[in-house]
Formats: sequence, C-alpha cells, structure tokens
Amino acid sequence: MPNAENTTAPTGLWARFNAMPLDSAPRTITVAVVLCLICSMIVSGAAVLLKPQQEINKTLDKKTNILKVAGLFEAGVDVEKAFGAFEPRLVDVATGKFSDAADAATYDQRAAAKDPVLSVALDNDPASIKRQAKLASVYLLRDDAGKIERIILPVHGYGLWSTLYGFIALNADGNEVYGLRFYSHGETPGLGAEVDNPKWMAQWPGKLVYGDNGSVDIGVGKAAPAGIDGSKHHIDAIAGATLTSRGVDNLVKFWMGEQGFKTFLDNLKKGEA
Amino acid sequence: MAGKDLSMLKDPMVDNNPITLQVLGICSALAVTSSLKVALVMAIAVTLVTAFSNFFISLLRNQIPSSIRIIVQMVIIASLVILVDQVLKAYLYEISKTLSVFVGLIITNCIVMGRAEAYAMKNPPIPSFLDGIGNGLGYSLILLLVGVVRELLGSGSLFGVQILETVNNGGWYVPNGLLLLPPSAFFVIGLLIWGFRTWKPAQVEKRDYKIMETEGAH
Repeated sequence: MPNAENTTAPTGLWARFNAMPLDSAPRTITVAVVLCLICSMIVSGAAVLLKPQQEINKTLDKKTNILKVAGLFEAGVDVEKAFGAFEPRLVDVATGKFSDAADAATYDQRAAAKDPVLSVALDNDPASIKRQAKLASVYLLRDDAGKIERIILPVHGYGLWSTLYGFIALNADGNEVYGLRFYSHGETPGLGAEVDNPKWMAQWPGKLVYGDNGSVDIGVGKAAPAGIDGSKHHIDAIAGATLTSRGVDNLVKFWMGEQGFKTFLDNLKKGEA
Repeated sequence: MAGKDLSMLKDPMVDNNPITLQVLGICSALAVTSSLKVALVMAIAVTLVTAFSNFFISLLRNQIPSSIRIIVQMVIIASLVILVDQVLKAYLYEISKTLSVFVGLIITNCIVMGRAEAYAMKNPPIPSFLDGIGNGLGYSLILLLVGVVRELLGSGSLFGVQILETVNNGGWYVPNGLLLLPPSAFFVIGLLIWGFRTWKPAQVEKRDYKIMETEGAH
C-alpha cells in the first residue's frame, strides 16, 4: 500500500526525523507539538472566521427573547420588524432617570459593565456581578395613545456555573410581572437550565415585585418567607437546581431593589423619569 | 473493489450496527431523539466527525507513536467537534442551542473513538473514511428510527409537522408524555435490538456462563 508520508524526499530534518524509532521520546514530543499546533490553528481560525455570523445570531436571539418576554413573539414573525415596536432607552441606574449619554440603539451594556469608566464596582453584590454598568438598556412598549404599556428591564447575575442574562417584563404599573426569561446562560442541562422551561417561566406572570410598603417581596425559593403573601410574590424554586434558583432569586432582588431599577420605576410612576 | 466499498457502507447499517450490535453511543441517542430535526442534525454531525477523524487518523497512522495514540486521536476528534460546533453556532443557531452540550459530547462518543482505534489505525485513509461514513450512517439510522417513534407518539408530529392532531389542539390524539423523556429512548432502543436480533439470530451474543444443573436438588 503506497504511503504519502514515506514517499516524501528524504532530505535534512525530515530524514533525520523519519530515521528515529517511532516510540522514541524526541519523536513522540515532536508529533505531539506539531499536531497540537496544527489543530489549534484550525480551531482558532474557524472561531475567528465564524465569529461575525455568530454575533449576528446572538443579537437576533436577544431581540427574539425581548419579543418573547414582552409577549409579542409569534412563530415566523420578522424579528427586526417586530422589534421596531420597542422604544430602546438608556437609564442611569443611580439617578433612575433616562439618559442620552450614549446611543440607545448601539449601546452594549455587557461591554460597558467591563469598562472601568462606564461602570462602578459593587461592594454589596448579592448577584455576584462584580461591576455594574452605570447605564442600562431598557425597552419601552407604548400603546397607540403613547402611554407606556410594558417595561422590559435587563437583569443578570450568577447562578451555579455561569452568569445568567435575561429580561424581566413589567406591566405599566411597574410592579406586576409580565414575564421573565433568560437568553444566555451555561447552567446544567436538565437541572439549572430548566430556567428555560416554559412551565417554570409560567409562574412569573401576574406576580408582584413590591409589597405594599415598597419593599422587594418577590422571591424564588422553597416556600414564601414568613410575612410575605406567597400567592402574590412567591415563585417555586426548580427541583434539583437549588443554587441556580438561589442565583435567580438574588439577581431579581438585586435588579428590582435600590441598587437596580427601583429608583427608575418610582420615577416612572411619578412621571419624573 | 466497488462491491467491497458498498458493503463497507452497508455492513454497519444492519449486520454490524454500532448501536444495536456493538451497543455504543447510547448516551447521545437518549438525549437528542425527542425531536427528529435535532436527531438529524446530530446524526449528520456524528457521521461527519467519524468519517473525517477516521480519515485524518488513518493518514497519520504511521506517524502516531503508540504511547500517545489515544491522546492524538482525541486531539483530532476534539478539533473536528469544535469545528462542527462553531459552524452550527454560525448557521444553525436555534438547533445548536437545543443540542447544547451534546455536540461537545461527540468527543466522548464511543463510536468515534472505537472506529479510530479499531479501524483507522490499521487501514488506509479511503477505506477508513468509508468505514466512518458507514458507521455514522448506522448510528443515524437508529437515531432517526428512535426519533420517529418518540416524536410521532410523544408530540404527534414529524419534523415539527403535526401528523396526529393532539387533544390540546382540538384533535383526538392524546400524546404519550413518557416518550419525550429520555428513559423512553432506552425502551425504544431495547425493542429495536430485540427486533434486529430476532431478524438476524447470528447477532445474539453467546452466554458468558451457563447456570449449572444441580443434581438431586429438592
């Protein structure tokens, strides 16, 4: 049987390499190094070349998820067109007011959270996100009369293995949940990844974020804590995914609280945002 | 030669099927067969990876030191799998989300390693490539058979097209939820193996041991 490797002209290095016994240490190491180099070049080449297309998919997927959390998604809908129904705005998290410091359509909150100028380091950090972007991208859905109908707020926080990124949609009162869904996470399939399970997500609509005195009462857990009306504020944790559930609980409480969007939602209610 | 090539492709379909005869690659067969579309993408991915890993390993077989041969095989297989994963993420994003970890787990699919070690290390590139395609097709055949049963009876559809109108949509068919859960794939594969071995009794394994007849037992 003819063999490609052995028909190469035996000159210089190649001849010396070929003369070595197959299992000698130098030859073994050379084979390993050369193979790893070639494979890593192929893999990283593919990753770099395909990155733009993957980014397009990710953006599209994010928009699809915003549509889904706002209840506007139907199978076969043109995502870009349907997404036009939203008014993307930036909110200064600390003051709770709309901001025009950047272009809302192109602002990347995830990138901003890594930038020391555009973000603040957190001391009190229950959601384990380390840095929080000063500006947050929110999406407003207005009815025909121009009144705000739904508010879509970005939330993220650490679960068990990964940071979960998602959106929470609130009704016009800034209190009643319309829906919650995550568009990116790396939790265990079948356990933590059940945050994507429609049955679990169906618990969220209709729940109230804030209690009568304005405290963040919404929570995920085994049972509602004492003093909190479970039927209004409690979401059952996912069986077999205690740490992911705890992560979701923390991140929702964080983003709905004083450090998150509470100031903004209060301003919105008073019409001062 | 043409007849031999053809039998290399046909053999692993029934006579030497990697799932029903060799009982390899069961894990992914359980996970990805609840809908046909996902099963099909997985089947194509595994077939491509098996074929090309066999090809490249066979090409290098005279250069691979035996002391590190498993690692070398793994590196080649893993690179191919990452390539497949990246392509899926770029062009079939929705499906790649459903397949999630299972694409990565092709690396550990025993069929790929098994063929590399058992065939590609000893045979020239072209037959190895065909052997990979054949075994991939054998795996695909079972995956799709299981997928048809599970999707049709589990959600009343095939490739997402409703065939049996379900009760929820005003039809008559009560979907069998068990078939959407992984254990059902065990039952379906078990029944398939039983069917194959009844059809071709030569596939029945010999008993490892025989229960001794005791004399004068009361």
